[in-house]
Amino acid sequence: MLSFIVFILQAAANAAMAPMGAAIGSGLAAIGAGIGIGQIGKGAMEAIARQPESVGDIRSNMIVAAALVGAVCFFAMIVCILIVFMGGGK
Amino acid sequence: MKRWLYIAGILLLMAAPGSRLVAGNPENQAEPKEHSEEPKKFDAGKFVMEHVMDAHEWHIMKIGETHLSIPLPVILYTRGMGLSVFFSSRFHHGTQAYKGYLLAEEGPHQGKIVQANADGTINEEAPLPLDFSMTKTVAAMLMSMILILLVFIPMARKYKKNPNKAPSGFQSVMEPLILFVRDDIAIPSIGIHRYEKYMPYLLTVFFFILVNNLLGLIPIPPGGANVTGNIAITAMLAIFTFLITTFSTNRNYWKHIVNAPGVPWWLKFPVPLMPFVELLGVFTKPLVLCIRLFANILAGHFVGLSFIVMIFIFGQINWVAGYGTSVVSVVFYVFMTLIELLVSFIQAYVFTLLSALYIGMARVESH
Repeated sequence: MLSFIVFILQAAANAAMAPMGAAIGSGLAAIGAGIGIGQIGKGAMEAIARQPESVGDIRSNMIVAAALVGAVCFFAMIVCILIVFMGGGK
Repeated sequence: MKRWLYIAGILLLMAAPGSRLVAGNPENQAEPKEHSEEPKKFDAGKFVMEHVMDAHEWHIMKIGETHLSIPLPVILYTRGMGLSVFFSSRFHHGTQAYKGYLLAEEGPHQGKIVQANADGTINEEAPLPLDFSMTKTVAAMLMSMILILLVFIPMARKYKKNPNKAPSGFQSVMEPLILFVRDDIAIPSIGIHRYEKYMPYLLTVFFFILVNNLLGLIPIPPGGANVTGNIAITAMLAIFTFLITTFSTNRNYWKHIVNAPGVPWWLKFPVPLMPFVELLGVFTKPLVLCIRLFANILAGHFVGLSFIVMIFIFGQINWVAGYGTSVVSVVFYVFMTLIELLVSFIQAYVFTLLSALYIGMARVESH
């Protein structure tokens, strides 16, 4: 077991970590955005179910909130793209 | 039954151009490997990057082996050689030096103009010239500005001549958008007494971002350039918002940054943690505006281009795979473009809304 862990660590130390880090980072960002926007949608659905005549207001606010949360996901994506296209060495 | 035939016919029609581009590959595969010229492998990353990055010419299409592109003016200034203005076609795609300048095709200055030695190689020690050229992004931005002026100046004249007449023609398309910016963005955020001063800026930002986003979705000129997906352009818009916000503040705004109300004293006194965080917020708010617009539009272009690139990648393997992929890819590309249409409106709305919100928050009333 221990030798297996040592083997994995040695392989990781020799490999180029930066693109792997970038890939994992952007995957995590996607998970975060998915959870966030899913919760926005859940809140919006429940609010519409409680009061169907305010569908228009709720829809616009939901879209605005989704755009703002999506922006945060994009920051992480930009950092990961920067790693892939600029860093990656040392 | 007839409806399905109709839909299948449209899909095949859309796939036809994609498959014709792939059909050039069987000739490449027929060449023997010992031939002096190897078939050029399709570089997906370079293809995508060329389409979203800035360039000194406006590339339209490649017919066979010849490139069809519009050369754009190049304006350079160095201390030694002064001001030089010429068309970028003089560079012949980076193969020839002209007037002591060279378009670097590889290396750290790829895509930029560098100073050249007498024999045509890059002069490594010389600094890069000051580059004021009209590049693809600038030319596309000027096109969209001309479009906006062509639509709105006649409209403004119509309103001035006859203020109470009902809207007609293209006016009736633009008027709901303008009223939307006024009633749903400016008045709630800035207040009904002060909003009129800021309406020109908010309307300009809204329509500039909207028109440039929409033009970026059209593949052929004047629409093919990636204007709002360029961080320099979104940074300038964010800087304008920052300047307008800063110039409409009053004393209470700065007092609240240094001494935020309702925060315990130990966050402010020995180590001014709260003022630091508030000051950071003053700068991150425009920065976030910039990156949000840039990343959203750039990501949309990346995804759309990746679908098209898949056709070529599969076509390299096997031309039948290319045909098959082109149907699926074109369907996904159309779907992605519809989403991008929605995103164009949403991003223009969110940028304008947040700008109005920041301008509204700049004047803090004393309690």
